Amino acid sequence: MKIDSRLRVADLTLERGERRILDSIGLQFAAGAVTAVLGPNGAGKSTLLACLAGLLHASHGNVDLDGAPLMSLAGDERARRIAFLPQIPEISWPVEVATLVALGRIPFRHRASDAENAAAVQRAMQATRTTQWSQRPVTTLSGGERARVLLARVLAGESDWILADEPFAGLDPAHQFEAADLLRSLAAQGHGVVLTIHDLALAARIADRVVILHRGRVVADGTPEEALTPTTLREVYGIEAQWLSVRERGTPLIAIHGRHAG
Amino acid sequence: MTTRRWVMPSLLAIVLLLAVASIAVGRIVLGWNVWLEQDAIGRTILLELRLPRALLGIAIGAALGLGGAALQGYLRNPLADPGTLGVSSMAAFGAVLSIFLGAADLHPWVLPASGIAGAMVGMATLFLLAGVTASALTLVLAGMILSAIAVAGIALVLSLSPSPWAAGEIVRWLLGALADRSLDDLFISTPPIVAGAALILASQRALDALTLGEVGARSLGIDLGRAQWQLAGGVGLVVGGSVAVSGIIGFVGLVVPHLVRPLVGARPSALLVPSAVGGAALVLAGDVVVRLLPGGSEVQLGVVMSLIGAPFFFALLYSMRRQVA
Repeated sequence: MKIDSRLRVADLTLERGERRILDSIGLQFAAGAVTAVLGPNGAGKSTLLACLAGLLHASHGNVDLDGAPLMSLAGDERARRIAFLPQIPEISWPVEVATLVALGRIPFRHRASDAENAAAVQRAMQATRTTQWSQRPVTTLSGGERARVLLARVLAGESDWILADEPFAGLDPAHQFEAADLLRSLAAQGHGVVLTIHDLALAARIADRVVILHRGRVVADGTPEEALTPTTLREVYGIEAQWLSVRERGTPLIAIHGRHAG
Repeated sequence: MTTRRWVMPSLLAIVLLLAVASIAVGRIVLGWNVWLEQDAIGRTILLELRLPRALLGIAIGAALGLGGAALQGYLRNPLADPGTLGVSSMAAFGAVLSIFLGAADLHPWVLPASGIAGAMVGMATLFLLAGVTASALTLVLAGMILSAIAVAGIALVLSLSPSPWAAGEIVRWLLGALADRSLDDLFISTPPIVAGAALILASQRALDALTLGEVGARSLGIDLGRAQWQLAGGVGLVVGGSVAVSGIIGFVGLVVPHLVRPLVGARPSALLVPSAVGGAALVLAGDVVVRLLPGGSEVQLGVVMSLIGAPFFFALLYSMRRQVA
């Protein structure tokens, strides 16, 4: 399956009071790749992702989905094309896992049959290996299990785009890799995946493209090797880091030696 | 979900049984043969007192149960209820004000309309004070403030009125009842209740989506601004329409969704209709109980509901104390 879809931001600026959270950002994303957005706390990563998901209005500039301004799309239509996983996911009620995953089909009501919706929920639960919990109240699951269920909810929409704000936060290394592999396989199937992440090494491992934000601006954009250079990392994070034996054993590794002195 | 199929038929059967009990029980017990006998008094009691009372019990109980389930879903808070949050008190204040100002005499619709206006002002104030993302504590405190203002307003207005029965009137509004209501009361409260129920049922998708929080719901394409007004309007109509006729009957909207949740699951939209039916059952049951209690004068229904509801509220608060703080 090849999805031909483009998400583009042009001259995107977002101000809150005096503060510029995002400063004239121009980026284009094509479906079929994993893009990791990195940057220190407060760099504007989550804000950028929320703009890409159509959840925040920019002060200037715009976000286009395949040439159409995102804000001109009806809420349902936008939600069918772009799924969003919030950074701090809330679960307000002890609903069963299958019911929670089925919430991902809300934008499809009146659009898809019950059978189609049920099949999509099944596929999402199989992909995230959450089927065995389908009748359990989601509040009885552990943090890592819950994260998989919330990911299943996002997948249930079978949208072209999956935007995930820190999808690996709070997961142990094994579950991080599992979730990362799942997102990679979605990109391989043609979906566009954009995620924010703090772990440099994990970003280098899973992303096709890395965008680094610093104080609301794009300071690096390219393959992990191109973007995550020691110079950029020093400038942005104030750390001394270096790539170790790039791609040896197929996994890139970034070693962080410490804070940059000066 | 095969085990859940029996829930609705069972609840409906309970409502039916209680409705029959509500028609039969009272100072004079009506038998099955009231239809057959040439008993003019029995028939008058049936048609003019008991039947309206039972039907009002169903309508008002359903309104309060539905209103509570909708508020809990929207505010994502199991402590929300039109009574505890002061929406019912504001409705009663609106109704009392319209009587005091003489507006209620102009047209039969003025009274329910004033109750609805009061409830909607209450909902709007609640949203302003507490917002969508409020903690349980903020919400309950906001409700306390609203209740305090409304109750003081009701007492003030009734005390200023020239009626010699002012004190009795205050009690009648603050502790609602279904006694001595007529079919006219049913006719003025039903249309707003039906309209409000339609508005609430139209926001099922938003209520379900809010399970994932505000951001989650918006990312699913839900227009939260619209949902907020739809629910403020819907809850205002059902609560205002019912309180204008019965006075404040508290805790129904708190207790019923909580009892129904284990039976039908916690999904907010799945709770709405069963909570309406459960609310009807609870109010009918309470209204039968007040007639069975010994004593010279009938106890107000609001008293019985508060006696059941307040300890329930306390138990709920106690079990949630870690989350609330």
